[in-house]
Amino acid sequence: MSAAVLKRRSVLPGFELALGFTLLYLSLIVLIPLSATLAKTLTMSWEAFWAAVSAPRVLASYRLSFGASLIAAAINAVFGLVVAWVLVRYKFPGKKLIDALVDLPFALPTAVAGIALTAIYAGNGWIGSLLEPLGVKVAFTPLGVLVALVFIGLPFVVRTVQPVLEDLEPELEDAAATLGADRWQTFRRVILPAVLPALLTGFALAFARAVGEYGSVIFIAGNMPMVSEITPLLIITKLEQYDYAGATALAVVMLATSFLLLLLINYLQWRSRRTSATS
Amino acid sequence: MKTLAALFFLLAATGAAAQTTLLNVSYDPTRELYQEYNAAFARHWQAKTGDKVTIRQSHGGAAKQARAVIDGLDADVVTLALAYDIDEIADKAKLIPADWQKRLPHNSAPYTSTIVFLVRKGNPKNIRDWDDLAKPGIGVVTPNPKTSGGARWNYLAAWAYALKKNGNNDAGAKDFVAAIYRNVPVLDSGARGSLTTFLERGIGDVFLSWENEAFLAIKELGPDRVDIVVPSLSILAEPPITLIDKVADRKGTRKVAEEYLRFWYTPEAQEIAARNFYRPIDPKVAAKYARQFVKVDLIKIDDVFGGWQKAQKTHFADGGVFDQIYLKK
Repeated sequence: MSAAVLKRRSVLPGFELALGFTLLYLSLIVLIPLSATLAKTLTMSWEAFWAAVSAPRVLASYRLSFGASLIAAAINAVFGLVVAWVLVRYKFPGKKLIDALVDLPFALPTAVAGIALTAIYAGNGWIGSLLEPLGVKVAFTPLGVLVALVFIGLPFVVRTVQPVLEDLEPELEDAAATLGADRWQTFRRVILPAVLPALLTGFALAFARAVGEYGSVIFIAGNMPMVSEITPLLIITKLEQYDYAGATALAVVMLATSFLLLLLINYLQWRSRRTSATS
Repeated sequence: MKTLAALFFLLAATGAAAQTTLLNVSYDPTRELYQEYNAAFARHWQAKTGDKVTIRQSHGGAAKQARAVIDGLDADVVTLALAYDIDEIADKAKLIPADWQKRLPHNSAPYTSTIVFLVRKGNPKNIRDWDDLAKPGIGVVTPNPKTSGGARWNYLAAWAYALKKNGNNDAGAKDFVAAIYRNVPVLDSGARGSLTTFLERGIGDVFLSWENEAFLAIKELGPDRVDIVVPSLSILAEPPITLIDKVADRKGTRKVAEEYLRFWYTPEAQEIAARNFYRPIDPKVAAKYARQFVKVDLIKIDDVFGGWQKAQKTHFADGGVFDQIYLKK
């Protein structure tokens, strides 16, 4: 990056001040607490760290936490796109209400969400009692974890994709049709490239939220060792045993993994933006 | 409305400044108990010294509460679910002497409880004793002993029974306890969550409960949903209380805080414990409530497990017996 780029004149002055503020703010709010986590982990020896983060129960919890979060984010990417599409492209009575409903998982305390989901998906709940005879158990299984993560992640996809779809003029679709594109081609070549960066952002946000989620999941998960324990639960378990260093060790592994995955998603997003810009 | 609230807050604040305030950091199910006890103590203290005292309460999971005190919550006294949590306050923060438990009579536990079974009304699965919990087809609901202090008593009670049954053979006890935990479909993180799973979600046939919690559940739900079954052997649960010396000395509240704890050993306070379904230690009060509390063979943690530190390390630490139960599949 050359000095000319940094010094480029903007209409509004104050670049240095704003950058200084940004760095200070991010340090106070994000970096200092995170480095405190890292510092606590550094009190452990390498062997103790490795033993803490690679115990069989812990490995099983990574699989559940990251696996369920990825699947939940993928489900939300598909259905969140559909919801956003319907909200942007169609007019129907009660649209405002449905639009507001999407934000509820943001606003609801997660414990309330967890208890509500458990109540309806348990064997004696509304949905659970319909699924149980079919041999499908949701509450107190890994499937329940997935349900909770889909619930809390939905608004992230809808709210990131919606504004992009609003900017996308319907005339583009008409133009594609007049040029001989069928419906699938219109979606695949015209709409998807335009919304893909936003969709990936929504996916990343939903994923990040799901990985860190605790409140709603513990009620529905059943928390059986090796089966339905999420990593945040094991962190809490370690804290209950006054094992601060062990808890932060798991946190560091989660942070590093999440950071790498988010970096990868950002890279995909950057590539998709470039291809959509050049095509 | 806002100004009114602010004014009220101001009044409350200035009012509190003119008198002593104690902070009692306690565990979850003692809310009702300490509401009654605090009022009684405030009356007692005023009659004795003419001074007013206000007791603020903080409730939460026992380990969380202990951690808050270690991290600097200004508790004058703590009243927690098990000695291990208070040991950690002594060990990690050095706020109290290591031999804190010897300072008050009865291991610093002025009220006790035990572990009983809560079963569905009429006891349809005919659950009578610990053996029944290990049978296939029985659903046992109990919280995770790694996150719930109360659930550690459940686990140890089962272990103690199995030891006695197998002639003190550890391997036999492990198999027995493992069989019970194979029947556990859900491990909630705390006791109240587990009770919800058992009552509201209809999961399982038996809920392992502190006796006082079981009575409280029946009192709140009415007697037509669940029954209490007392097993042939259980464990003496001693929730201890202690002064946090360094905090009390800094705040200058040692005298009133010590009296606050000693007041538990009076007949008046023992009645409060019994009314809130904790077993009183005063023999006279205990005799009066003998019909409420079934006589049961109660083992002590020091006798069977060599104290909390040892029990924690053997059974609940990472890689301990509880973890092993779940790893060998």
